[in-house]
Amino acid sequence: MSKCLLDISAVDMRFPTPRGEFEALRDVNLKIREGEFVSLIGHSGCGKSTVLNLVGGLLQASAGGIILDGREVREPGPERAVVFQNHSLLPWLSVRENVALAVRQVFRRRKSRAEMREWVDHHLALVHMSDAADKRPDEISGGMKQRVGVARALAMQPRVLLMDEPFGALDALTRAHLQDTLMEIQRDLNNTVIMITHDVDEAVLLSDRIVMMTNGPSATVGEVLEIDLPRPRDRLELAGDTHYTRLRREVLRFLYEKQRKVEAMPAASGRAEAGASAGATDQRRAVGSDL
Amino acid sequence: MNTSQLVSQLHARLPDRDREGLRQSGQWLLRTLGAPLLGLALFLLLWQFAAQRVDTSLGAFPGPVAVAEQAANLLREHQRERERAAAFYQRQEQRIAERLRDQPDWQPTWRSYTGAPTFLDQILTSLGTVLAGFLLASVIAVPLGIVMGLSPFVNRAVNPLVQLFRPVSPLAWLPLVTLVVSAVYTGDDPLFERAFVVSAITVTLCSLWPTLINTAVGVKAVSPDLDNVSRVLRLGWFSHVWRIVLPSAIPMIFTGLRVSLGIAWMVLIAAEMLAQNPGLGKFVWDEFQNGSSQSLSRIMVAVLAIGLIGFLLDRLMLLLQRRVDWQQGD
Repeated sequence: MSKCLLDISAVDMRFPTPRGEFEALRDVNLKIREGEFVSLIGHSGCGKSTVLNLVGGLLQASAGGIILDGREVREPGPERAVVFQNHSLLPWLSVRENVALAVRQVFRRRKSRAEMREWVDHHLALVHMSDAADKRPDEISGGMKQRVGVARALAMQPRVLLMDEPFGALDALTRAHLQDTLMEIQRDLNNTVIMITHDVDEAVLLSDRIVMMTNGPSATVGEVLEIDLPRPRDRLELAGDTHYTRLRREVLRFLYEKQRKVEAMPAASGRAEAGASAGATDQRRAVGSDL
Repeated sequence: MNTSQLVSQLHARLPDRDREGLRQSGQWLLRTLGAPLLGLALFLLLWQFAAQRVDTSLGAFPGPVAVAEQAANLLREHQRERERAAAFYQRQEQRIAERLRDQPDWQPTWRSYTGAPTFLDQILTSLGTVLAGFLLASVIAVPLGIVMGLSPFVNRAVNPLVQLFRPVSPLAWLPLVTLVVSAVYTGDDPLFERAFVVSAITVTLCSLWPTLINTAVGVKAVSPDLDNVSRVLRLGWFSHVWRIVLPSAIPMIFTGLRVSLGIAWMVLIAAEMLAQNPGLGKFVWDEFQNGSSQSLSRIMVAVLAIGLIGFLLDRLMLLLQRRVDWQQGD
């Protein structure tokens, strides 16, 4: 087993709200090894994004700490590149310029102009976007935008790649394409990745480990599932694989039996909210006894 | 059918198609220009009809025809004045050349022509003044707006002042500006005329607010996602403003600039009129004081010219926006 690259230990996260503090995360612990692909899965509002933003340095933990490569994470930086859910490309720059902006910022003292251009082109080729390099974000499809977002993040040569539901807004076919591209890249570069997802199949297909989070408020890591399927993985072969099916069922059971989400009805939101938080407490107790 | 037959047949068809094309473009012209032309025609009729019924101390209110005559008149006066100026310079040159022939070591003094400024001269003066005032306003408002948009603290500090001074009429600023400029802007040979400075600063004071407010709002509205991109990339303050904030806010900034330029033009005419600064406003005031039978028509020409120039200035800003604004580009 290679060494621990990222250590999230005893992290609490509380947000101030007009009605007092809201505790989003309580006592989150997670160690991630170099080159590992970890998925965070859980129902919406369980604080997955908060965990990612904490690692990204976009938020500061209320308690506990995050250590990357022996150094505490206190602010955002390109060594923790983020692929945002809504791509977040600068709409006034072309695809190439969007990637080039990141490359210039990260490598301006280490690479020559020509080397940087080559670096940009290489990463556009990696995500199969060389042909549309001169188009602007509003001229390309959602899947292509997300490819560019991935290229921009990879071009920063990050220690950890953070992906916040990168394919969540895409249709199923485009998503499958992008997952395959991502697996291809992962095979060559072996990045350390933390990815948030809602999609059980995506999590099982891509990950080395799936971290399942309990429902919020005061969410934490519920269970961790090792995905020991051999690589390279093929979605067609896996579809009939019994071990794959079993792993998939594990995740589904966690999400839909142990952590069944009590959806608040909008009409009676006040009452339902109280009910939901009571339910969440019960569920946490159940998880505790489970472990 | 061989090729030559085909070609001749195509030729035979061509005029037909041309006629059809002509008919279609005629229809298009009617659709796009029909309504505006109809509106204009109705306005002219109404003007002519109403003008006959209004009797002022300077005679009947001028109708469109009288105004058109005066417009031509003003142009002719301008031409005549130019000819006079050219003649003056020619005479001067001749005189100096003759005297230099007799006294080669004589230092000639050149004098410039001092005729009254014509209508077109006044327009140029006004344009120069409004652009100076507007540029000064933009140079103040855009950077200050960016700082206000970025810093909630600065925003809270400046906002009450903006709200206080924004509604102030140019006529209220003018006496203060005039006195302050006369006190501060002294010197034997100033770079700009004092009247020009007074008008330009008054324009600045009244026109910077829309740009300031729009810039601040536009900067504040930068998407938090793009802000996060900038944070992950660790862009410095200047890079952040130049690469993320400014392009995001450009559409709002330009909306502000266009409103500001419109206000600047309106304020300028009022300022020139009241302060007796050269320009279109002074032209109107002089004609009003003059009180000849042509005065009303000439003022009406000025009114139309002011409207037309205001419209053209706005179009010019729109063109500039198309070049700079990524949303409107292509």
